[in-house]
Amino acid sequence: MAPILELRGVKAFYGQSEVLHGIDVAVEDGGMTVLLGANGAGKTTTLRAICGMVRTEGEIAFAGMRLDRRPTEAIAALGIAHVPEGRGTFAGLTVEENLRLGAYLRASNATAGMQRMYGYFPILADRRRQQAGALSGGEQQMLAIARALMMTPRLLVLDEPSFGLAPRVVEGIFAIVERIRKEEHVSVLLVEQNAVLALALADRAYLIETGYVVAAGSAKALAADPQIRRSYLGY
Amino acid sequence: MHQLLQQIFSGLASGAIYASLALALVMIYRATDLVNFAQGEMAMFSTYIAWTLVNADVPFWAAFAVTLAASFAAGMAIERIVIRPVESSPVLAAVVVTIGLLLILNASAGWIYSYTLQEFPSPFPDRPVFGALMTTRDLGVIAVTLVMLAMLAAFFRFTATGLAMRAAAQNPESARLCGIRVGRMLAIGWGMAAAIGATAGIMVAPVLFLDPNMMSGVLLYAFTAALLGGITSPTGAVVGGLIVGVTENVVGTYLIASQLKLTVALVLIILVLVFRPNGLFGTAIVRRV
Repeated sequence: MAPILELRGVKAFYGQSEVLHGIDVAVEDGGMTVLLGANGAGKTTTLRAICGMVRTEGEIAFAGMRLDRRPTEAIAALGIAHVPEGRGTFAGLTVEENLRLGAYLRASNATAGMQRMYGYFPILADRRRQQAGALSGGEQQMLAIARALMMTPRLLVLDEPSFGLAPRVVEGIFAIVERIRKEEHVSVLLVEQNAVLALALADRAYLIETGYVVAAGSAKALAADPQIRRSYLGY
Repeated sequence: MHQLLQQIFSGLASGAIYASLALALVMIYRATDLVNFAQGEMAMFSTYIAWTLVNADVPFWAAFAVTLAASFAAGMAIERIVIRPVESSPVLAAVVVTIGLLLILNASAGWIYSYTLQEFPSPFPDRPVFGALMTTRDLGVIAVTLVMLAMLAAFFRFTATGLAMRAAAQNPESARLCGIRVGRMLAIGWGMAAAIGATAGIMVAPVLFLDPNMMSGVLLYAFTAALLGGITSPTGAVVGGLIVGVTENVVGTYLIASQLKLTVALVLIILVLVFRPNGLFGTAIVRRV
């Protein structure tokens, strides 16, 4: 299968300092790719580079189109839904308003989309009139993912969806992401600290260290690599 | 007793005007975290546009509509041309830009239209109603404010653009990720604020007479109203405006010379900042981590 997203020699900059030094990353159409690495390695920056939120050099291609130099909102319109670090929910708006914003570009079928999301995440239906800021961490993460899916994206970008959540909540969220990926044919690019879980679900994996890709391959191969096992899987 | 009631009701009418301008301040504050010191002069300039049209025998409400549309466009242009370049600078830079805008608009109005007081027509007849407690003109001004508030509330609540504007103000980065063009939302916010301010200017001009310095006192009352209402709350701005209008009128009649009325606004500002910095309606957003 051809990749839906491909980064070739991508560099990223914060001000004058280069934080990604020319990385290659791909996501298969309908597949799930995971980026692993320590804090500060450049995983979040990679995701931000894709969505035009940092200055980049190099080539970023999505479904045959170049993304680099496009503004963030135009990239969203092409079909990339990004759940940023810290979830990025609109804390002062209600759950329902958050979901409606997800459908901002596709206002015509907002209601149908919302019903579908309430099917995946029934708890959000109960909380639909509450301020998003009053939800628990897990509920906020569900809301963030649901809002992203309201865009009916071709690629879902998730930045540490497990951050600060109890293990059981994390498993629930990953199970739903996996289900949605299959049912709605959404490709997924994931940054995740929980390497065991991520490698079990993903088909491709990249290990990023200080702005370089230091290992790449199938998730199985990386999970079997003794050094990665020792550093990231802990056994 | 009758006199007191009279003062309260005419205070509501001027309060409605302060409320409108306060509403404009709140709109811009919510969108950009910026207090627009030029809001009053923008309104004054809009009022001159209306005055020019009315003098050219355009019917009043047609002139009103054209002025609002022109103000909306001018507000958007101001955001694009002078505010956007300082968007990512420290807030003080943007504040200084709005003060510069205040001076430029004031001087240009004086240059184009001169500093002589001009009479400005009111669209409402001036008849006493409710046993001479109010005039139909007061009622008209209050009605215009309430209609405007209702329209704004409906816009923010029920339209996709209104929701997108709230989202852009709250979390610009997430808004962009939803495909919202944040820059355009800010420009629309400035346009709307300019149109709301124009309404305030047109409503106050028949009372104060039109001149380039007409809005300086009104702006101070509007600041007080916005602050009293909690600076982020549109409802707060309107309630704050009415409270300021009534207080100013009653205190100016019974307690101090009316030349000292502006001090009421300053005292209120200090009281709010000392005792209730969040204002009456300013609520902190609930956040759980």
